[in-house]
Order: sequence, then C-alpha cells, then structure tokens
Amino acid sequence: MSTQETDPVTAAVTDDRATTETSPDDTASEPVIDLESVTFGYTATPVVEDVSLAIDPGEYVAVVGPNGSGKSTLMQLMLGLLEPDAGTARLFGERADRFDDGERVGYVAQQASAAQEMPITVREVVKMGRFPHVGFGRLSSEDWDIVDDALVTVGMSAFADRRVTQLSGGQRQRAFIARALASEADLLVLDEPTVGVDAESVDAFYDLLAALNAEGISVLLIEHDLGAVVEHADRVVCLNREVYFDGPTDEFVESDALARAFGTEARFLTGKNG
Amino acid sequence: MSAGVAATLVAGGLAAADPSVALPLQSGLGAVGDLVFGVLLWFLEQWYWLMDWAYYVTGLEMLNPRYRFMHRAILVGLCIGVMAPLIGTFLVHRQLALIGDALAHTGFAGVAVGLFLNAVIDLGVSPYLTAVVVAMIAALFIELISEVTDAYNDVSMAIVLSTGFALGTTLISLNAGGLAVGVNQFLFGNLSTVSPQSAAILLVLFAVIVGTVAVTRNQLLYVTFDETAAAVSGISVNWYNRVMVMLTAMVVVGAMQIMGVILVAAMLVVPVAGATQVSRSFSESLVVSVALAELAVLLGIAVAYYGGVTAGGAIVLVAVGIYVCAVALGKVQSVRGERDPPDMGSIDADGADVGTGAEGDR
Repeated sequence: MSTQETDPVTAAVTDDRATTETSPDDTASEPVIDLESVTFGYTATPVVEDVSLAIDPGEYVAVVGPNGSGKSTLMQLMLGLLEPDAGTARLFGERADRFDDGERVGYVAQQASAAQEMPITVREVVKMGRFPHVGFGRLSSEDWDIVDDALVTVGMSAFADRRVTQLSGGQRQRAFIARALASEADLLVLDEPTVGVDAESVDAFYDLLAALNAEGISVLLIEHDLGAVVEHADRVVCLNREVYFDGPTDEFVESDALARAFGTEARFLTGKNG
Repeated sequence: MSAGVAATLVAGGLAAADPSVALPLQSGLGAVGDLVFGVLLWFLEQWYWLMDWAYYVTGLEMLNPRYRFMHRAILVGLCIGVMAPLIGTFLVHRQLALIGDALAHTGFAGVAVGLFLNAVIDLGVSPYLTAVVVAMIAALFIELISEVTDAYNDVSMAIVLSTGFALGTTLISLNAGGLAVGVNQFLFGNLSTVSPQSAAILLVLFAVIVGTVAVTRNQLLYVTFDETAAAVSGISVNWYNRVMVMLTAMVVVGAMQIMGVILVAAMLVVPVAGATQVSRSFSESLVVSVALAELAVLLGIAVAYYGGVTAGGAIVLVAVGIYVCAVALGKVQSVRGERDPPDMGSIDADGADVGTGAEGDR
C-alpha cells in the first residue's frame, strides 16, 4: 500500500493534490469536515442532536450506529445536502450548504439513489465523476484516461459499455465507486458502500479504501457492518442521535459505547471484544 | 423566392410578410423584435425554397408550392421531433412523464388568456406567446412546490393540470361565442393554421431549448441520473430542475400548434420510451429518440395530409406503432445479448494498471 510511481491512479491523485493545495500547511491545519454542536430534525424531534466533531485531512473515519440513529442524516449535514437547525457544518472551511467546490468531494451512496431504468453505460456513469472538473465543457482525453483507470481499478473494464441496468447490485456499486475515484477528490464519503457486494470483493474494496487513504485522501465511511469498521477505520464515531463515542478504533472496541448506543445485543462480528 | 430575396427581406421582412400578421408584433415588441422576426421570415423563405425543390424532385403532392402551410407544418414538425424527445429523455428518466401533460393544460389556459386579452383590450398578441408565459410560470410553480415538499408528486401535478384546463375553459366561455370555434385548433392542433408568425415563435423556442441543453448537458445528465451525487459534486440541483421545467413548458407550447393540448405530452414520452428499449448508452438513447420522433412526425403528417385526418392523432398513433416495434426489437436484443457475459475483474487495492484480469475490452 505504499506509493507506487507507476500507478496511474495514485499518480493522478498526487498530481491533483499538488495543484489544488497550493499552500499545504494552511490546508493541513483546516479540518476537512467541521461540525459544531449541530442539531437537526425533520420534525420537532431532533434526529441529530448537539453533534460536534472535526475530521482532519488524511483521516479514515467511520460513523456507526443502529438503524435510525441519524447516520445518513449526519452525512447529509456534513455534505451540505441538509442545513442544520442549530450549530454550524463546515466543509473544507466553507459553510457546507453553500459549498460548491464539488471536485474535492467524491460520494458513493447506498445504491437506491440513482435512476433505475435509465439507459446508460458504466463508462457514462464513471464519466460523471469528471463533470465537476469539466463544467460545461467536454471531457479531454486525459479525463477519459482517468475514467478508464478508475474502471480498471474496480475491475469493471470489461463492463464499460454495458448498460448499468443489466448489472447485478454489486457490479453497479463498483461502478459508483469508480465514479467517486474518477472525481479524484480529497474527501471520499461512502454511505454503506458494500451493500450487495460479494464478500470477496468487500475485502478488496476495503483494501482499496486503505490504499487511497494512504495517499492522503480523507475517508468518511457510514457503515452498518461493525466488523468491517473495527478492522479498517482509524477512528470511530458511534452515533445514536448524539455522539456516544468518538476516538481511535482500539478504544472504541474496549469501551461500552456500543452497548449503550445499540443496546446490549450488539456484538462485533470479528469477535474482538469477546 | 430565390436567395436574392434575402438581403431585402431582412430590412423589409415585415413589409414582405402578410401585414395583418406582422402588425401586432411590430407594435408589441419594438425594433429588436422586428429584426429577429425579419431574420426568421427570411429563414422561412429559404425553407420554402428548399421544400419547392424537394417537390420538384419527389413530386410529392403534400409539398406542392401552393401549400405554404404544409411547408411550415413540416418545419415545425421537424423542430418538435428534435426538441420534444431531447427534453423528454431527461423527464422520463426522472419519472416526470406527467409534467408535460400538466404544462400543456396550463398552456391552454395561457392560450385562453391571450384570446381573452385580445378580445377585451385588443392587445393583438399571439395566443402562443401568452401560452409560453403562463406555462413557464406554472412550471416554476410546480418546481417550487416540489422544492418545498421535497418531492414531485402526482397530486400536485394533477391539481395544476386541472386548474389550467378549468381556467382555460372558463376564460373562453366568458368571451362571445365566436371564440369557442377557434379553440379546437388549440385542443387538437392543426396543420393548416401554422402561421408564419407562430412558426417564427417556434424557431425561437427551438434555438433556446437546443442551445440550453447543449450547454448544460453534463449537469442535466448528472441531475437526472443521481440527484444526490450531483448535489454533492457542486451542481445546484434546484436551479437545473427549474431550467428543466421551463424548457419543458417551452417545448409543450411550441409543439401544441400541430399536436394540440391533449396529445402534446405524447411527443415527450413515447419516442423516449421506444429509444429506452433499444439503446444501451444515454447518448445513443438521445439520438435514437430524436430519430424515432422525426420518423413519427413525418409519417404522421403524411398520413394526416393524404388521409385527411387530424395531424396530432396521426403522429401519436405512428409514434406508438414505432414504440411497439422498439419493444419487440429490445426483447430480441436482450435475448441475444445475454449469451456473452464478460468476466469481471477484481477490485485492485493498489490501483495498478496491470494484472487486474481486466481483459482487453477495446
């Protein structure tokens, strides 16, 4: 997982960071995501209450919590898709809901969000990752190279000209991951990205995330699978309306935050806590 | 009718045209409008010349130079065949097929407003212009409702649809009986009533629509396919949705002239549905839907001319026939396509470009 000079994706990522971060020191001191006592509710009852946390560049953070704990809502607040009722949400130092520098954020959703019946090929989906870079213009041959590299990275080259609707759930999810890779973002946000992906590919997928993280890309993972989180993330935020735990993964395993947030039934699938 | 007319027409376009048509615009829109209108009339002259030439080559009776209205109807039909599926593609894949219908009915209210104002205060504007304005306001209204309630829903569209139609019928019944006779033309469309003025309006709408889609195609595609990811990538989803519904309003009103209020939504939906069956990629589906729509428009106009039936109905029936063929073709394609599933490569953690098993696909 070390830097490889010959690696096109890695090289491109490094290039991009070199150009976008003209003053690395400033950026390093500034959190990628910064929430200050954020409260939000769709109705009068808050779904997320008084959440404060900051994610620094290069961190690998996982947000866990039971169903309905506000994980996805918190992610939407971080990305500026929702505006907090109280408190402030900042993305790269800007107010998240006004943030428009889309090329810095790559996003992989739970697969339900995209149009289901549209005729569109895998390559056309991955191409969208370049849209924040090209704006109203056309994709250059460099952009297309990045798209093809992203397809190779997720092992979907042979499916590039296939219609997305003909793919299995796991294959489709790989296409969305490739789209996030093609965006060459500084921050990857993934909302339960491995739902429907077969077990073998899940491991490879987490290795890929770790490799990207090693290149300096910040990773924010919203995840239901506690085993995967414990195994891969550096830092865990355990959420159930409020933050129950925020700290290194090792401490999370030792703590009783899980039991408090999930109820007593929760177990790590890896069996690390017995 | 030769190209030599061109130079004089830009300056004297209005004089060359039927004065009863040109006068209202002359007084209404001022010098810039006159100039644009003159250019468009010049363009129309060139189109007549092309059609005349086509008549002498093919000998088709419906292209006879005596029937200028047919030449205009074909031009309008060809424009509709491009812009309706172009916009329709973005609508259908967002489950917004109904919005065309809703806007057509508010467009009808706009026509009624125009006829009403012309009758009451002698405004002298084309009902199609008021229709464009009213339909665009209604489009923005639908979009704002959906932004506030976080969802496009059948109910609000049904309400807008019936409100538009109710307003239209009420305004028309307010007028003297003479107006009610002219309403059929707007309800069902009519080839023979495509005036040079309404053809000119359509050409303007066509330019605006095709130009806007050409510039914002990336953003529209992203918003259509995955609204959340588009928002994350910095695209202002609400703005593009507003642009989209406004363009829809323009298409609908433009196509109303020959399709009629009741059938106009079919042009947004049916060719796109057909193209979806046989296309693999999005760009392919755009091209195929335009091709299918053009085929339906030209065949439909021919059927209407030679069979003496309503153009709107004929075009839609032809389009549905083409759709059925496309469904059959799509079934054949998918049966044949399943024989060669490619091997999937593995996710490569190192992001390296070799040894992924990514078998040479190109």
